Amino acid sequence: MKKKVGRQSILFSERPYLRGRGTVVGKKEGEGPLAGYFDVILDEDMYGEKSWEKAESKMLKESMMRAVQRAGLTKEDIDVMLSGDLLNQLMSSSFMARDLHIPFLGLYGACSTMTESLVMGSILIDGGFAQNVLAGASSHFCTAERQFRMPVEHGNQRPPSAQWTATAAGAVVVSSQEKKPQPAPAVRATAATIGKVIDAGIKDANQMGAAMAPAAVDTLLNHLEDTGRGIDYYDLIATGDLGFIGKDIMVDLLIDAGLPSDKVYERYDDCGTMLFTKEQDVHGGGSGCGCSASVFCGYLLDKLETGQLKKVLLMSTGAMLSTISPFQGESIPGIAHAIALEAE
Amino acid sequence: MKEISKEDNKAMEQQKKEISKAYGKYAKQFTPKPNYVGNGIKAFMVGGAICTMALWVQNQLMAQGINEKDAGTFVTIGLVALAQFLTGLGIFDSIAKFAGAGVIVPITGFANSMVAPAIEYKKEGPVLGVGAKLFSVAGPVLVCGISSAVLVGIIYWLMGR
Amino acid sequence: MEYVYAFLIGGVICLIGQILMDATKLTAPRILVIFVVSGVVLQALHLYQPIVDLAGNGATVPLPGFGYNLAKGAMEGAKNGFLEAITGPLTASAAGIAVAITFGYLISLIFTPKTPKGN
Repeated sequence: MKKKVGRQSILFSERPYLRGRGTVVGKKEGEGPLAGYFDVILDEDMYGEKSWEKAESKMLKESMMRAVQRAGLTKEDIDVMLSGDLLNQLMSSSFMARDLHIPFLGLYGACSTMTESLVMGSILIDGGFAQNVLAGASSHFCTAERQFRMPVEHGNQRPPSAQWTATAAGAVVVSSQEKKPQPAPAVRATAATIGKVIDAGIKDANQMGAAMAPAAVDTLLNHLEDTGRGIDYYDLIATGDLGFIGKDIMVDLLIDAGLPSDKVYERYDDCGTMLFTKEQDVHGGGSGCGCSASVFCGYLLDKLETGQLKKVLLMSTGAMLSTISPFQGESIPGIAHAIALEAE
Repeated sequence: MKEISKEDNKAMEQQKKEISKAYGKYAKQFTPKPNYVGNGIKAFMVGGAICTMALWVQNQLMAQGINEKDAGTFVTIGLVALAQFLTGLGIFDSIAKFAGAGVIVPITGFANSMVAPAIEYKKEGPVLGVGAKLFSVAGPVLVCGISSAVLVGIIYWLMGR
Repeated sequence: MEYVYAFLIGGVICLIGQILMDATKLTAPRILVIFVVSGVVLQALHLYQPIVDLAGNGATVPLPGFGYNLAKGAMEGAKNGFLEAITGPLTASAAGIAVAITFGYLISLIFTPKTPKGN
């Protein structure tokens, strides 16, 4: 049976179950509007570790273990673990995997990693290559900031468009079997769209939202076309971390592309604008792998499991820049993947 | 398959540039502008205040009988040490958030730019961590400043012969 | 009066820096480099000395003053021969650089960085 539809989308015939989830977030994220939806909220960003990198690794590990536990499984039941983060050579993920002894594939999709791992996990399940897959992603303000931008104690002013890397980790168990007893309703992955890298030529690292919005628009339009679904098929379409500015650009571009504006306003939102309030002094909104990971695993999955949302399209967005590419005068390529999740 | 020819490549680059320009302009209208006037006033006031205070300290030192050159050096040392101490305490970035260039442009900004990257790299060791990172921002400043000054010295020496 | 000039000149130099930071996409390290090198160049053209004479610390405390100090050392050294033309810049600013390195190293070893609450 052919599962591919259109140019770049997949319809899952087995419709994998999302049967367990875990989230760990930092202090600032725990003061935001979604605080009640997270499993663990740290009271300090070191998490009792000696370095920020170790702290991030521990956050990821903790969210992975909580996901396995909530799925009613043990780590021996997990066939593959898929995970990624923002650090060079995937330090947080690899070092987390070092302790867990679960077969591991590292993924890099910058901030789009949560959707990337979910898509890959669902493909593995749907193809019958695994029974249970653990998919996750993490980011940490201090590790990302010192790698990509300025030292945290440096006296620079952040422009209004700068975004705040979320200190957060999220993980999900994707499974071929539903959890027994299955609390109503079960959340299943039904379709996915793998995004193309799109570069609109933004060079300013403080303009991430603007750099990624065209990729998100492209992926969404292709997803709708490939699957033949309209925008009102979904109760909520959530991009990963476009932030306040990127969200405005996304809305404008979607309406420009001919989507009905009332439905776009009604059904589209961005995780980066949900995780924090503007009063938290985050300027452009949240960003980082952990932003969409924690909002999805904590908040959106909760809404799906309780039936308040029926159909959600998660589209984590990533800015595929490296630590050296801005110095070489390169612009910032963006990417977005989409996965459709339905409660039934 | 045909190789990507030079002309195609050039045309592509040109197209990329045009897209970049148009989209940059489009994205700009969604971006809030920094508060030029407010930031400018803060930078002016704080920067001016630091310089005035430095002058007052220097005058006090000179009143103690220290010559002008040494007094100036002491003031510089004092400002550098103070800025680095505040950076260590984690206060400098909060001050700079308010004052912006008012504390970055005076010598305090240079002092901060040494400690800020170094302090984060303690786990990487005292040699390749702190020792190397002390110069990740300040290095370019010293390199450009000193080499241009040496060049000036050589030019003056040549002119004076 | 000298306090007024120190305040005004120092403030104006910082204001220029602020405008550069807000209006252009220049990052802080680039701005530091631009200021130091411009101090060197201005002094080499004998343009910075009058500002220092007028404003004192208002002109020497901001970073162009650091460049001024380097260039002044080079120019004075050049009168005494080639070697001093080369050693002049560092000799003139040796105290400041030595303290910045030593004290900075010490501070970095003692303190630990904190996560900022908001920026």
